[in-house]
Amino acid sequence: MSNGRTSNQALPLPAWGVRLESRKIAAETGPINKMPPPGELIVALKQNVGVPAEPIVQPGDRVLKGQPIATAPRWGLGVAVHAPTSGTVTALEERPIPGAGGGTGESVVIEPDSKEERYAGYVAQPNPLGLSPPQIRNDITEAGIVGLGGALFPTATKLNPGSGIQALILNGVECEPYISADNALLIERSDQVLLGAAVMLRALDCDECLVAVKADMAEARAAVQEAIDALGDDRISMVVVPAFYPAGGERQLIELITGKEVQAGGLPWDVGVVCQNVGTVAAVAKFFGAGEPLISRIVTVTGNGVGAPANVEVMIGTPIGDLVEFAGGYTDAAAGLVMGGPMMGFSLPHDQLPVTKATNCILVADQAELDPSVREMPCIRCGECARACPATLMPQQLLALARGPDYAALESQGLQDCIECGCCDYVCPSYIPLTSRFIEAKQGLWENHLVAQRSERALHRYEARGKRLERRERDRSNELQRQVDEIGAAGEIDAEALRQLKQRVKSKKPGDNT
Amino acid sequence: MKFANNAAPHWRGAESVPVLMRQVLYALVPALIGLVWFFGSGIILNILVAAVVALGCEALVLRIRKRPVGLFISDYSALVTAVLLAMSLPPLTPWWVTATGTVFAIVFAKHLYGGLGHNVFNPAMAGYAVLLVSFPEDMAAWPLPRGVAPDQQALSLLTVLQYWATGAMPIDVSVDAFTAATPLNSVKGQLGMMRTMQEIVGGPLFGNIAGRGWEWINTATALGGGWLLYRRIIRWQIPTAMLIGLLVPALVLYIVDPATHPSPAFHLLSGGTMLGVFFIATDPVSAAASNRGRLIYGLGIGIITYVVRNWGAYPDGIAFAVLLMNLAVPLIDRYTRPRIYGHGT
Repeated sequence: MSNGRTSNQALPLPAWGVRLESRKIAAETGPINKMPPPGELIVALKQNVGVPAEPIVQPGDRVLKGQPIATAPRWGLGVAVHAPTSGTVTALEERPIPGAGGGTGESVVIEPDSKEERYAGYVAQPNPLGLSPPQIRNDITEAGIVGLGGALFPTATKLNPGSGIQALILNGVECEPYISADNALLIERSDQVLLGAAVMLRALDCDECLVAVKADMAEARAAVQEAIDALGDDRISMVVVPAFYPAGGERQLIELITGKEVQAGGLPWDVGVVCQNVGTVAAVAKFFGAGEPLISRIVTVTGNGVGAPANVEVMIGTPIGDLVEFAGGYTDAAAGLVMGGPMMGFSLPHDQLPVTKATNCILVADQAELDPSVREMPCIRCGECARACPATLMPQQLLALARGPDYAALESQGLQDCIECGCCDYVCPSYIPLTSRFIEAKQGLWENHLVAQRSERALHRYEARGKRLERRERDRSNELQRQVDEIGAAGEIDAEALRQLKQRVKSKKPGDNT
Repeated sequence: MKFANNAAPHWRGAESVPVLMRQVLYALVPALIGLVWFFGSGIILNILVAAVVALGCEALVLRIRKRPVGLFISDYSALVTAVLLAMSLPPLTPWWVTATGTVFAIVFAKHLYGGLGHNVFNPAMAGYAVLLVSFPEDMAAWPLPRGVAPDQQALSLLTVLQYWATGAMPIDVSVDAFTAATPLNSVKGQLGMMRTMQEIVGGPLFGNIAGRGWEWINTATALGGGWLLYRRIIRWQIPTAMLIGLLVPALVLYIVDPATHPSPAFHLLSGGTMLGVFFIATDPVSAAASNRGRLIYGLGIGIITYVVRNWGAYPDGIAFAVLLMNLAVPLIDRYTRPRIYGHGT
């Protein structure tokens, strides 16, 4: 990492990954559209893997735009949520939410009024760079900001690595096809991103910030460069990453830029790096600059199944059906609905699901755009999967092991290191759904661990019980012996009592529980 | 509105197995043209027999194994096996010899191990090896290449057909008049008779480098192989390593004693070298899995081929080299697994 490097030369291609058609249709159609509040907002209390937030409002309450409606405990990686606009809480109930395998999650349902009346509890910070790092982290937690690149890890936690951070990498790579939300953000609001970056540098006590953009994002690159030049902060520079998938994966990006590997079970800060998605950074800037917590995000609504593909700034909790309607509605060709991109996104069964903090893209695909139903053939060991794997696994071998399944071998061959990027599926000439198999196998491995843990605990309990009984027996016979001795010592020899006692002591064996 | 529920990824970028197999067949066309030009049309008969028998066996076994016949019969893998085997056989091979080899390749080497993707041994080479030990005379009966002698008569198609169907020439034609030892065979035999390389290569069977006809057939085969490399249907590791394994020992011994060792160029362009390098050793199913493993695998094939050619009882050694290295694959795979990202440095 050289200080102040700004180069339009893309970094060399990695050995792994695949080159994908970019299909950033939405980005070509113009600016970010702001969607007005829908008829109903469904704000899920569980926004990420952490524990769900605790609601602090009741049905019937009036809430204001930006007002906290549920708080997350400090432990457990949960995230606070806020009212996306002013209105009335109509219900606190289970609603279908995306990503729960078709399941539901407790949600705060708000009927917006059209006033957009703002909550007064949060105000713009005139000088955010004057705040102390702990204060910054505290505010970011308060604002409910999580990593918007997909992982949704609480941002404040990621900004608390201790000392020794050499670089903050802003991830604007967005390597999945179709998705252009970060692209649009960089084109329109690079200055906001850089303001957020400055706040983060302060929180990290770090002097270098690299804004990573993709080689094929010419407009975004120009915008970032312009903003950097305008700001004149020589701590911030731009780095161009090849248009390759999954170059935007956190560990992959770090490897591309620094050449360093984050060890399994480790975190980027082990190699002196903190990585933040540009959308996250913009959300931080919005909170310090405008006093607005994370109540909206940019979502790419795209695909041949939608009338007017666009990047839409939308309130968290907006039903996806309304969002699609805003983007021109479904075309007759609409056949598939995916949240996320074509590589890692998941199918949505219907559109009565709310936008969450994780929703970066709604892909409404026609029949031809997504996975034509292909017939799976046996693996011919061609090895293309291993060539494409960013985790340098051998998917073809893992596949054979998953068939067993041989959990011990799966673990030693790195099943847990699979990042589920889908590259192996993409290059497989036998059309084997490798990623699905690995996700299943991971689940199996996890359950296997649970079973192993349970039986180990049972064994412990069994052994402890044995020891306990033995000890109790020993104490009892000691006590009997003591009584025998006492009687003997007292001199009042009741021969019969003594004989009986001795017999009792003799007949008891250690471990005998009678 | 309801939508289809599919697992990620939703995109597929690879050409399918049947498409890949078809490309391999296309890539064999230059080699086929070379073979037909120099050795006549018998090779086409071989291919026809092998193809029919292979597809028949494939369909039959798939039925018995209760697998989808249509799906697997149209994957072209049996056809590739058949064509590779047929192109390794002399053009004057009687049909039952070809058929026997094909049955063994498809039924035993492929399906008894579990069918496509599960065979431990390269099916074509397993079939070839069986024929080599069962019908050694037929397997050595290569006709004289075109242009060896100015007054050479070509075998009429009728004669070829008769030999193909009955295993015997017409009364008035002697098979010996039309066949000769291949250059590899001839080198082996004559070196055994204490002749020097200089004396041997002076004969009419030897062209410019590696035997009349053979040098061109190998060049044509390499052309098709290059195309497979360019299309990334095969990768460079196995071909390169195999060539190194074959040519480095050849070079060293040639430098040490050129009188009794053919040059590396001779090895490069004679016998089945190029077919082995680009089409046989590169069969992914029976090859090592990782890139590093494939380098070792290819190197092994090259070295064993040289050892058999130089010291073994058979003139060419590719089939045995491939089969032996097939056996070593589990071991190679075990010790060449790439380091997983994030585990050590």
